[in-house]
Amino acid sequence: MRFRRTPSHIWCQQVVEMVSDYLEGTLPARDQRRLDHHFTICPPCSIYLSQMRETLRLAGKLVPEDLSPEMEQEFTEVYRRWREES
Amino acid sequence: MSFHAPRLPWTRRRSQVIDPDLLLLERLRAGDESAFVTLVSLHHDPMLRLARTFVSSHAIAEEVVQDTWLGVLRGIERFEGRSSLRTWLLAILVKRARTAGGREARSIASSDSASFVAAVDADRFQSSGAWGAPPEAWTDDLEERIGARALRDQILAALADMPERQRAVVMLRDVDGLQSEEVCQVLDLSPGNERVLLHRGRSRLRQALEDEIGAIHT
Repeated sequence: MRFRRTPSHIWCQQVVEMVSDYLEGTLPARDQRRLDHHFTICPPCSIYLSQMRETLRLAGKLVPEDLSPEMEQEFTEVYRRWREES
Repeated sequence: MSFHAPRLPWTRRRSQVIDPDLLLLERLRAGDESAFVTLVSLHHDPMLRLARTFVSSHAIAEEVVQDTWLGVLRGIERFEGRSSLRTWLLAILVKRARTAGGREARSIASSDSASFVAAVDADRFQSSGAWGAPPEAWTDDLEERIGARALRDQILAALADMPERQRAVVMLRDVDGLQSEEVCQVLDLSPGNERVLLHRGRSRLRQALEDEIGAIHT
C-alpha cells in the first residue's frame, strides 16, 4: 500500500517564523509547498501572511526626505573642493 | 521620511530602462556640478539612515556621508558598473561608517542574534502550536482609516527600536528596495544572516502595526 504524498503537517507557530523566507522565496521547495498548503487550510495564518505583505507595502512607501537647501549648498562646496584639488 | 508615492530612483526598479544614476554619473564625469547635487539628493536620505546605524550621532552620520561623497568623487573613474551605483556608494559608506563608529569588532553575532526572539508572542499560541489569539484581518483602507501619518510613525518607531544591524537590513531591503544580494554586499553579511535579520525586523514591524491597528479597532 502506498500513501498519497500530501505535504506534512506544520504548526502555526512554526509558520510565522517562516513567512519572511516564504515571501523572499528562499525556503527549500518542500517547506514552500508545506506553507502553500497550510495557507489554504488555515485562515489565521493566511491573515498573518496578508498582514506581512501589507507591512512590507507600507514600509516600501516611506519616501526619503528631500535635501535641504543648506545641505545642497554644503554638497556644492564638497564638489568645488574636489574640483580644486583635482 | 514622509509617506507618499511615487518614489523615483530608490524604488524596486529592476526593469531595464536606463538607470538615471548612470546618466548622472556620466554628466558628473563630464564636470557637471548640478549632476553631482542631484545624485547626492537622490541617495542622501538612505545613506544618512544607514550611516546612523553605525555611529552614535546624527552629526557624525552626516560627516560620514559627506566623507563618502568626497571619496566617491576621488574614485569616480574607478567605478566599473559591476554593481549598481547605489550598492557601490553604500558599500563605501559602510566602510567609512564602521571606521567612524569604531564598531568593526562588534559582530552581528554579539549584537543582533544573541537570542531567539519569537516572531509572534508565544502567549498567542496554544500549547499545540496552533493559534490561540489569532490575528484579525486588517481593512483594505488602512491609510484612510488609521491615517498614513500614524502608520508611518509606527513604522519609524519600530525601526528606531531595532538593533542596528536588523534596522539596516530592513531599511535597505524593504524601505529602499535593494535586492537581498545587494544588502549582503553592502553590509558584508552572509545570505543566512541577512534572512534572519530581515525576518526578525519584519516580524517586529508587523507586530507594531498590529498594535496600532488593533488599538483603533477595539
